[in-house]
Amino acid sequence: MSTATETRVTASRAKSLRAARRPGARRAARREAVFGYLMIGLAVAFVSVFTLIPILVSLGLSFFSWDVITPPQFVGFKNFTRLFSDGQVLSSFGVTIVLAIGIVVLQIALGLLLAVLVNNRKHKWTKALFRTTFYLPLLASTAAVSIFMGYLFDAKFGLINYYLNEIGLPSVPWLVNPTTAQITMVLVVVWQQVGFTFVLFVASLTSVPTDVLEAASIDGAGPWRTLFRIKVPLISPTILFATVVAMINAMQLFDQPFIMTKGGPGTATTTATISMYQTGFQNLQFGYASAIAILLLVIILIVTGVQFLAARKLVFYQ
Amino acid sequence: MTTLEVESTLREAGRRRRPIVKVGSVVGMIVLIIGVIFAFGPLLWTLSTSLRTPAEAFTNPPQWIPTDWDFGNYVAVFNEIPIGQFFLNSVIVTVLIVAGQTVTCTLSGYAFAMVSFPAKNTIFGVFLATMMVPLQTIIIPVFIIVRMFGLSDSLSALIIPALGSAFGTFLMRQYFMQMPRELGEAARIDGATQFGVFWHVYARMASPAIATLAILNFSGFWAEFYRPLIFLNSQSNFTLPLGLVGLQGNLGTGSISVVLAGVILAMIPSVLLFIFAQRYFIEGVTAGSFR
Repeated sequence: MSTATETRVTASRAKSLRAARRPGARRAARREAVFGYLMIGLAVAFVSVFTLIPILVSLGLSFFSWDVITPPQFVGFKNFTRLFSDGQVLSSFGVTIVLAIGIVVLQIALGLLLAVLVNNRKHKWTKALFRTTFYLPLLASTAAVSIFMGYLFDAKFGLINYYLNEIGLPSVPWLVNPTTAQITMVLVVVWQQVGFTFVLFVASLTSVPTDVLEAASIDGAGPWRTLFRIKVPLISPTILFATVVAMINAMQLFDQPFIMTKGGPGTATTTATISMYQTGFQNLQFGYASAIAILLLVIILIVTGVQFLAARKLVFYQ
Repeated sequence: MTTLEVESTLREAGRRRRPIVKVGSVVGMIVLIIGVIFAFGPLLWTLSTSLRTPAEAFTNPPQWIPTDWDFGNYVAVFNEIPIGQFFLNSVIVTVLIVAGQTVTCTLSGYAFAMVSFPAKNTIFGVFLATMMVPLQTIIIPVFIIVRMFGLSDSLSALIIPALGSAFGTFLMRQYFMQMPRELGEAARIDGATQFGVFWHVYARMASPAIATLAILNFSGFWAEFYRPLIFLNSQSNFTLPLGLVGLQGNLGTGSISVVLAGVILAMIPSVLLFIFAQRYFIEGVTAGSFR
């Protein structure tokens, strides 16, 4: 048999085989697809009804005026033009951004400091002990934290002012004065949330390869140089991730100021989410509240985008 | 340079360097201990104040370790507010959401990772996009939908909207993606059904991811304040965080120790779970950090 005929025979055999398999293969693929759709069905249904559709409805509602009782009225961009001339709402976005920046900077810096110090410990159990302790505040609910922090930061009877007086410092009007109330919010949130960045950074620092550190120490790099030239660049993707997540969370700050100060004194701690809550669920202006909610989403997307753009220059990917 | 000289310079260098490292280590330890005091202090104060009589609650300096343990506040918290009811409500809401999401997210995460079907990537992309949207942006429409279904002011208003999750799906998908496909193919050749492959082969291997998702959901929904505040009106439906804040408002400053007893009671399940499943709490923090 020549090679040519052989090839022809094999080709025709393969062709007939493929032909025989094709309807079956198609049926199998269709069956797999049906199976796939059935498997994602529940999740798709719940996410569609309670997340996807609400996003679209929220966007739609922001062009309506609606008090829940009478039918909604289309008002075009009126909610948005009103929003940009509404001093109270705009100030709530200002408060949100100021608090968020304070929270994120402190949370990242403190988390990194504690993580580096714990990472330098030699004994495994000391590491575990510190990790557990700094995680503990995350086990309390934000409501619980707001309650006991409210007592601790009380200007007259609070423990914090008591100890300040003990060491010879004057009392601080924590929740009474607008500026200190904002500082208090930052401190309360950071106290609870620093465990999150801390745990992330410890995990990331542990994965820094030891041979790199050894090489650095042989080349004569001291602890500070090792930290800023080697460890921080190597974990910079984690720092970016922690910053983005902390920022998204901080921009949605609600529980602590709502419970501790109701947004006061004045409007010093009225965040965008509190402003939206008051507009929607207290004054029943659902259309206007939706416009605030949409603006919040847009600002979060912009801030996140800016962080990723800035990270292009700062983050080191291996 | 002779060998001796070299040795002596080396020794000198070592002598000069070693103390610096030690000082650094001691300073580091001091900073860490200060950190522990600040992290632990407020929790310890809460615990010790909850064990003091209401009259002594605000005495400064505080008795960090109460001499007379007074569990009266823990009895009072049951008498003065329906904390038993709040606790039960919180348990129902949290357990059902955890169970529900375990089912929906494991199924969908598996399909997105292992099964091929048309428009898979598009649907998954939409899922990912919804993860960016804050709860506050969708809360008004969800409130309207919940009312349309006649669920307002009920525990179902909290449970049903939370039964599916784009994030949970994403988390499970990431885990299933790492699993070898050959196992499933082998099982198929042996005659297992599609669902059989999922159920008997892959779902069993996914238990660490399921545990992580369950712990994440437990911590999130046990502590949740925002949705209960909006969806619930009658006190008999309140979950613990909302009930505790109400308790604080109703009782005023006279019964701080009673309020704090409630705070401690609300923390007990989280602490217990943390003791037994600490690994999954830590995993939960790092789970989202995909590189």
